[in-house]
Amino acid sequence: MSEAALVGLFVATVQFGTLVFLAALGELIAERAGVLNLGVEGMMAMGAVSGFMVGLETGSPWAAFFAAAAVGALVGGLHALVSVVMGADQVVSGLALTIGGLGLAAYVGRNVVGERPETLFTDLGIAGLADIRWFGDIFFNQPPVVYLAVLLGLAVWFVLARTRLGLALRAVGESAPTTDAVGHSVMALRSAAVMVGGAFAGAAGSFLSLYMAPGWTEGMVAGRGWIAVALVIFGAWRPGRLALGALLFGFTLALQPRLQTFDIEILGLDVSSISPALLGILPFVLTVVVLVIISWRHRHRPSVAPAALGLPYRREER
Amino acid sequence: MAKKFLLKLLVVVATITLVAVGCGNDDDAAPELATAPATEAPAPEPAATEAPEPEPAATEAPMDDEIVAAFVFVGPVGDAGWTWAHDQGRRFAEEQTGATTLFVENVPEVAEDFRAVVVDFIENEGADVIFGTSFGYMDPMEELAGEYPNVVFEHASGYKMNDTNFGNYFGRMYQPRYLSGMAAGAMTETDQIGYVAAFPIPEVLRGINAFTLGAQRTNPDVEVHVNWTFTWFDPAIEGDAATALLEAGADVIAMHQDSTAPGIAAQEAGARWVSYNSDMSAFAPDAFITAPVWDWGPYYARIIEAVAAGSYTPGAYWGGMGDGIVTLADPAPDVPVEVIDQVIEVWEQIESGAWDVFTGEIRDQDGNVVVAAGETLDDGAMLGMSYFVEGVVGNASP
Repeated sequence: MSEAALVGLFVATVQFGTLVFLAALGELIAERAGVLNLGVEGMMAMGAVSGFMVGLETGSPWAAFFAAAAVGALVGGLHALVSVVMGADQVVSGLALTIGGLGLAAYVGRNVVGERPETLFTDLGIAGLADIRWFGDIFFNQPPVVYLAVLLGLAVWFVLARTRLGLALRAVGESAPTTDAVGHSVMALRSAAVMVGGAFAGAAGSFLSLYMAPGWTEGMVAGRGWIAVALVIFGAWRPGRLALGALLFGFTLALQPRLQTFDIEILGLDVSSISPALLGILPFVLTVVVLVIISWRHRHRPSVAPAALGLPYRREER
Repeated sequence: MAKKFLLKLLVVVATITLVAVGCGNDDDAAPELATAPATEAPAPEPAATEAPEPEPAATEAPMDDEIVAAFVFVGPVGDAGWTWAHDQGRRFAEEQTGATTLFVENVPEVAEDFRAVVVDFIENEGADVIFGTSFGYMDPMEELAGEYPNVVFEHASGYKMNDTNFGNYFGRMYQPRYLSGMAAGAMTETDQIGYVAAFPIPEVLRGINAFTLGAQRTNPDVEVHVNWTFTWFDPAIEGDAATALLEAGADVIAMHQDSTAPGIAAQEAGARWVSYNSDMSAFAPDAFITAPVWDWGPYYARIIEAVAAGSYTPGAYWGGMGDGIVTLADPAPDVPVEVIDQVIEVWEQIESGAWDVFTGEIRDQDGNVVVAAGETLDDGAMLGMSYFVEGVVGNASP
């Protein structure tokens, strides 16, 4: 195994990790406010296609990134309208959003398949640091979205844990009637959370189409949205654990192609003989394991999930 | 309550993931691998989809003099790969024969979905011939062929047929793959080529082996490193697999999937690329060397004409370069003239039938002779290929 291969493993870990982290962070915000949104896959696809088209038009990856976030917020707004304002079943609405989002993205992007924008996100190459052996490429020569994702993670943690807004958001995710009773608008809090969550998913989609797999083709999100949904459970609805989980999931995604090229033995097992198909399901296996562990550890207490997650709220129905 | 909900959530996520993975774009022949998850899909299967009982009258329905040919595609026509190539064939055939052609994209390999589309084509659009372009359509096509004896069914990449109205067709892609390997072998400087491989099925193994034998012809020292993605279309993974191969020392990338991501990864690393399905040079012009490509048009035109003339008889068609159903894209300008001359020489031998790719002596990875000197593999042995030839680095049954 060469140095380049080993460094490459961790570079790819950070990038795949960033992709699922951004989307999962958005989902975490929505779920902490009590709204399950299974439309992440569809929102990512809409973000990927709209970001790509704006990038094509403007030549600016940042314009593309923020346009994708705006589109993601709008699509998330649909889920808010149906499931929060109108009180429909969140699972049904979210699944509809995934199916509809994928279809709409395919339709919107049908004429830009195969095109390439002038500029994509490029690696930052932070002066002086990017040349450090081993660590330079992993930590200091990544695309700007990676660093932005770290800042966003810190910001979400801070808002949720340390501000009144965060307290209100968490409260509405635990008990909507109580939050309503103290005078906060359940509808406004939840809708805002879902839309911000959508913006994160949309932005993650544009990271895919403007950096990780430049271009737009239908189906390119390829299940990453579902990995993000699983990641929120894995992270037990906490931003810090979510970040760790994202790196772990990113590692399994990056390991999938690389393990086959590694000529090493661990405990007498030739690692290149491990089936990449098995590695592909690892994120989901890990999620189930973690779910079992946290359920067991919390067996005498209420679940770690927000108590009102998935429950629509209508004031009259108590 | 919360725990029950969690459990429900988990089940939903797990099911969707299975379906998402299973129904993803798959082309060519992905037997159980791709179809198994699809059967678990919570496909809406109300009685409606099974309703259309084949009334004898209905099958003869709109009998006008113009032939209507309907195509069922597994992916989007904009995929730049497998489905795109079939759609190019459809357009060619329409122009050539004057027939009306219809198509539906993204039809999953789920029997009910496929049935609904085909029955609509026949009952409402008066289709005379149905082309199904994905392996997983095989069984429902066989059934439908029995129910609609006056409609011709043609299935790409399968192996079932009947005596009257159901045939199958495919191409000897291993032939142009061999030629593309010759070009790649001449272009590598590190003598290491990376191959981003889809699923471990005979078709893919055959392609890798043919490519490797071709590369060895122009470069005896070459090694072909195989990386399995277990995807037909997932640009992020396929591009990353190419990157992993490049990091491990390869300077040329070949592939079997539909996405262009491996080429873009190669171009960014300053390496070279052999694409597949179609000439994808526009996606990574600096990396592109050449590509083994499909040309379905003439075959489609031939079948439509036979149906129009009433002379159609089903067959198991496996056409080669001699028929033009598979061919090689124009090589990049910097491929040396001597190499191109060599490729053309072999091309002519293949086209005339004087020589074929799997002619001995050929050894497998362990050094066992799999094709004796002077012998050529028959079609059965090629269709069931399950090993890598010498020179391939990787696991044939991962």
